[in-house]
Amino acid sequence: MTDAEMTHDWRDDIFEALVNAGIKQIAYVPDAGHKKLIERAHAANEMRAISVTTEEDAVACLAGAWLGGDKGALLMQSSGVGNTINMLSLMTTCRFPMPMFVTMRGEWGEFNSWQMPMGGTTQAHFELAGVKCYRVERAEDVADTVRAAIDQAYNGDCMTAVLLAQKLVGTKKFAAGSAGDNKQ
Amino acid sequence: MSAPEIIKKSDGLIDRRILVANLMHDRSDDLLVVAGLGSPCYDLMAAGDHPLNFYLWGAMGGAVPMAIGLAAAQPTKRVLALTGDGEVLMGLTGLAAAGAEGLDNLVVIVLDNGRYGETGQQLTHTARGVDLVQTAVGLGFKSTRRIDSTEEATELRDWMQSVQGPAFAAVHISPEAAGMSLPPQDGAFLKTRFREYLGMPPR
Repeated sequence: MTDAEMTHDWRDDIFEALVNAGIKQIAYVPDAGHKKLIERAHAANEMRAISVTTEEDAVACLAGAWLGGDKGALLMQSSGVGNTINMLSLMTTCRFPMPMFVTMRGEWGEFNSWQMPMGGTTQAHFELAGVKCYRVERAEDVADTVRAAIDQAYNGDCMTAVLLAQKLVGTKKFAAGSAGDNKQ
Repeated sequence: MSAPEIIKKSDGLIDRRILVANLMHDRSDDLLVVAGLGSPCYDLMAAGDHPLNFYLWGAMGGAVPMAIGLAAAQPTKRVLALTGDGEVLMGLTGLAAAGAEGLDNLVVIVLDNGRYGETGQQLTHTARGVDLVQTAVGLGFKSTRRIDSTEEATELRDWMQSVQGPAFAAVHISPEAAGMSLPPQDGAFLKTRFREYLGMPPR
């Protein structure tokens, strides 16, 4: 790998795709895997980052954003997907577009068994609710997939989700006395 | 024509239908309204349908967070979330987001009858000791009001237009049902009509 490839961060690819697509509102529930993206969104003049305390509020917020003419995107982790289910009916019924970027837990290398029930069924829940899902495992696929998901949401007035695999995002470290940071 | 006079029902509590008609009287295109499911939608519809009304037929708990996104997208317009106590109690987290986000054009008005009107008039938590106005104070709303009298209610229309948000009012209304005035149910139509009126053509 070249130095450029070594230092390239796929989180920046997501941010750049959001800016290039004209995304104006990022609604999110904080997540370690999205930490850098959340910080960049807050720092950016092009968009407003809105922190909500539960994921269904992010869904409704983005419906309001589009009603008022703003494109939006939702950032969350897989455990939050369960919180969104009834509110997704708002998007389906009204055909509100919404791209979502989901960092996966409860799969590759997970220590915390409490993450596994939701992580293991995230895609199935989404698909039952009418969300089109794209799963990404390799950093080099992130940029294209994010672009495609945003395009599909806004060309199709529908919901799309990019599931960022735990293998890609990194496994949270658990150890007594540790701060529990993600490895990346 | 002047705004309809707000009155009380025989139980001594404010008539919701006339209150909402008063709030919507002579409205301008600078007012955008998201109505929570159930009776607030019927009240808003009865006051006169308008392209800048968005009626929720579901998505319980979504009225306030939806108004946040709308207020952020339309900072020069006034955005009103008009909802009921049952709806807002399902989405108290949305009030926290509204308080924290600090949008100065966002107003929440709760028509508080202490009942779940759509499901058989069961008591909500506001009839069981929960105080929404104190909740809104604690969640960071800049201006809050509790409305019990017709005199206070008559001031609400001017307040809603001019107050610096995020602002919150709970109006103690009569639990007497006002009848169903059904708004359009086609969500995609409501969305496109709203956006088109704001100058965004259908794709």
